[in-house]
Amino acid sequence: MKQRAAVLGVGQTHHRSKRLDVTMAGLCREAVDRALEDAGLSFADIDAVVLGKAPDLFEGVMMPELVLADAIGATGKPLLRVHTAGSVGGSTANVAASLVHGGVHARVLAVAFEKQSESNAMWALSIMPPFHMPVGAGAGGYFAPHVRSYIRRSGAPDHIGALVAVKDRRNGARNPYAHLRQADITLESVQASAMLWDPIRYDETCPSSDGACAIVLGDERAAAGRTVAWLHATAMRTEPTTFAGRDQVNPQAGRDAAAALWRQAGITDPLSQVDAAEIYVPFSWFEPMWLENLGFVEEGQGWKLTEAGETELGGRLPVNPSGGVLSSNPIGASGMLRFGEAAMQVMGRAGDHQVDGARIALGHAYGGGSQYFSMWVVGAEKP
Amino acid sequence: MTTSEAPLSAPLDIGFDYTRSLGPTLSRFVTGLAGRRILGARSSDGRVHVPPPEYDPVTGAPLTELVEVAHTGTVTTWCRQPKPLAGQPLEHSFAWALVLLDGAATPMLHAVDAERVHTGMRVRARWAASSGNGIRDIACFGPIDDEPAVEPHDAEDVTMITTPVHLSYQHSASPEESRYLRGLAEGKLLGQRCPACEKVYLPPRGACPTDGVPTEEEVELPDHGIVTTFCIVNVPFLGQRIKPPYVAAYILLDGADIAFLHLVLGCAADEVRMGMRVEAAWKPRAAWGTTLENIDHFRPTGEPDAPYEAYARHL
Amino acid sequence: MSSDSPEVAIVSFAQAPNVRATHGTTNGVEMLVPIIREALAGAQLSKRDIGFWCSGSSDYLAGRAFSFIAAVDAIGAFPPINESHVEADAAWALYEAWVKIRTGEVDTALVYGFGKSSAGELRRVLAMQLDPYLVGPLWPDSVSVAGLQARLGIDGGLWSEHAMAEVAARSRAANPDAQVHERVTAEELLRRPYVADPLRAHDCAPITDGAAVVVLAAADRARELIARPAVITGIEHRVESSHLTARNLATSPSTVAAAKAAGADGITLAELHAPFTHQEILLRQALGLGDEVTVNPSGGALAGNPMFAAGLARIGEAATRVMAGAADRALAHATSGPALQQNLVCVLKGGD
Repeated sequence: MKQRAAVLGVGQTHHRSKRLDVTMAGLCREAVDRALEDAGLSFADIDAVVLGKAPDLFEGVMMPELVLADAIGATGKPLLRVHTAGSVGGSTANVAASLVHGGVHARVLAVAFEKQSESNAMWALSIMPPFHMPVGAGAGGYFAPHVRSYIRRSGAPDHIGALVAVKDRRNGARNPYAHLRQADITLESVQASAMLWDPIRYDETCPSSDGACAIVLGDERAAAGRTVAWLHATAMRTEPTTFAGRDQVNPQAGRDAAAALWRQAGITDPLSQVDAAEIYVPFSWFEPMWLENLGFVEEGQGWKLTEAGETELGGRLPVNPSGGVLSSNPIGASGMLRFGEAAMQVMGRAGDHQVDGARIALGHAYGGGSQYFSMWVVGAEKP
Repeated sequence: MTTSEAPLSAPLDIGFDYTRSLGPTLSRFVTGLAGRRILGARSSDGRVHVPPPEYDPVTGAPLTELVEVAHTGTVTTWCRQPKPLAGQPLEHSFAWALVLLDGAATPMLHAVDAERVHTGMRVRARWAASSGNGIRDIACFGPIDDEPAVEPHDAEDVTMITTPVHLSYQHSASPEESRYLRGLAEGKLLGQRCPACEKVYLPPRGACPTDGVPTEEEVELPDHGIVTTFCIVNVPFLGQRIKPPYVAAYILLDGADIAFLHLVLGCAADEVRMGMRVEAAWKPRAAWGTTLENIDHFRPTGEPDAPYEAYARHL
Repeated sequence: MSSDSPEVAIVSFAQAPNVRATHGTTNGVEMLVPIIREALAGAQLSKRDIGFWCSGSSDYLAGRAFSFIAAVDAIGAFPPINESHVEADAAWALYEAWVKIRTGEVDTALVYGFGKSSAGELRRVLAMQLDPYLVGPLWPDSVSVAGLQARLGIDGGLWSEHAMAEVAARSRAANPDAQVHERVTAEELLRRPYVADPLRAHDCAPITDGAAVVVLAAADRARELIARPAVITGIEHRVESSHLTARNLATSPSTVAAAKAAGADGITLAELHAPFTHQEILLRQALGLGDEVTVNPSGGALAGNPMFAAGLARIGEAATRVMAGAADRALAHATSGPALQQNLVCVLKGGD
């Protein structure tokens, strides 16, 4: 009953701290043009558009998809706007996938962006309404205590976070679109960088980026005769931000989403069966945390995989070969970049950060207080 | 049980001066305005649109051909604004209008400063005293015979504009939150128990997050507990109200089932530990309001740390 | 559209009382808790039976980033749920849920929308939907933009202030349970002053705090739950150009296109999401709805306009009448953006 869906093309912008050369429309269009070119299609071939981005407050535009309709080729067509906090880039791709899976449209364009330089991300993330204690210090301040909890629970040595940072930034140097491209970064330089929200250091923290990503999805007929990334599974789960007994380090919603994902994809041993993983790591310690949450390894063992170098490009499970969120973080787009980069891997289009022979890849995104999870598995073969 | 009064509310103002890069097409338009020229873009069907869209309203193609249009035009529709709102072009009664400039095919939206406006009225742009502010370089339109003609001149490229956005809201606390806040004003820490799962929440949520039912039973909690986990905030940021470095810690009060974020002071930041027993250091009573800030910070009590098992499932 | 995909039906609808101002919060929890319970009960389902949850709301209406997150507390979302959110009227959340059921991944969905317009200055907040570079900086508020559209139609002979007042009179009298209920003639209304010439107060929807919930099910499942579900025979939406003044504001091409694609013929009842009187007339003309069609028996948005729930409520109101056997084939419409930029049409039929 469910139609097969495939990624026909992926595009993204050059992510920078400030893209002062373009408007928001221009930023989206750069990614959209690249995705259409990658797919060998034009606007006329697109049946519907789905746009995702994080809070409108970042750019000071309410429901910007309305003013972007012409730029993203949505005029005269169905247009949806998804907003699921930081996971939105992933959710947007999942919603676009549903349109194809449900037989509603043959070809759908998914777009996600953020032009954070119009305001200030830390300001936008730290606005406290009245009656709230203004202790919060942005996303880093929110997650740092839970990183501390992970370190305590797992017994991980202190340098694991720095190892991830080195890997992701060096991977970013292989990615022409990445914001931060630091080929010369070292463990020592990361550990010497300023401690921002102890235990998270400056070099273990994502940048604030302007950027966009676009993905063209199509049904089986649209995919015929092309190199595509077939969708093997999609999953989304949500849980409340705060509740008694909540596991903030290894959230149930993430575990449930991953379990549903692997089941749908027919994957019983993710560590062996997945060739590349693009997972949402905005603060370096989330790599071992998500490796456990996703079920690649048992709880408490994630850091060992990182320490052994298995998540490097040449390792057993390359994680974030694109450089990940640590290298580029246009918040609304970051989830879609993970999904798109996973597709690029199995399409063999990841250039210098290609994982050799990647046939199955994971795209993952999370948002809010680690409460929204969206993920997909793509493969070179039809499912 | 505290008395049930109207829930608490307070103003919430959100403001930022957004800095917007204009891209190639809009830069040319805005630079034109700075030099007192009005430009339009010719779309795929030959129509000249003012202001110029970056992308064609029908085909989506980028529009790059810009043509100059007149400062004069015709009102095609209008709507009276008797009492202008904050940020609008004028501070006395004016009319919004769609003005079809001579040379354009579609109208532009702006203000007309006239007591009597009619469809078909002829108007001319009135320029602002300053320039480089984009569409606000046109202060408004006025009757064609009343406004002086202004000659264009050269202007330096304008590639960015700043658009202040200030919105005012009235924020309301939920009934549960209001009872908790009013308790704080009396020096009490009032948690609320969910009737379904019986967990005690402080601060209360709008409904029990796992059961979706209101939490109404009040439970007074002591002002001491333990630190479950924490971080040390070193980084300054826009809008910050507490000077770094400071310890932001999750405090689990004895008897509560969730922890809340607060400050820990009274020891060096690097002496704070997971499981450390703490007690509230209240501000002087005279400084109390309906806020958790009545507790200035939490300080170590000096007692032995709570064992890991006591808080492990709160992490 | 694939013929293998299951048909989807509405099995229940509940809404919070539409009021000028609640004491509740902008995250809508207080409004949502009772009506989620009511809607589930009406569908004979528990929250565990819901396969997919989807909501619509707006951060800018609330004045808070991530304002929809706290709303999830109203659900009791543990064990974790399959859930998504649109930053738009919940009619589009219903669309997303409809798609989800058509994939076959789930067979039930609960959709909710909420908005506390009284928290901010709505007409100013909605100016934030306009082009941020060259239109927004003038702060053209939503009432003024509607007024410009209204006069275009008046000048063009498409409608008159009198016809607009008749729409208002009919809407205000329609529903004793609505926020606005008044027995008044068009002539009396025309004697009241302008608020934004050509608009009078009665031409504009009231400020409303409210919320709405709709439960959907795959048609086979729906028939197991209630006697007469409202089957969605077509649901489509389209958006028009971002460039406000490049559009023909006196008509609604996106509504026409959506209705055509959705198969809107033989309609006997229509709930049109028209926050301004002239827009009801405009939509009626665009959809070709004759005098034989009952329009907005609920009173429509003019009798109560909970932002981000009003479009969903139109669908719910139409569905309620279909489920009650009061209409056989109904149309519900939702709109988004300045001057009817984006429109959704949902066609319902009784499915015994």
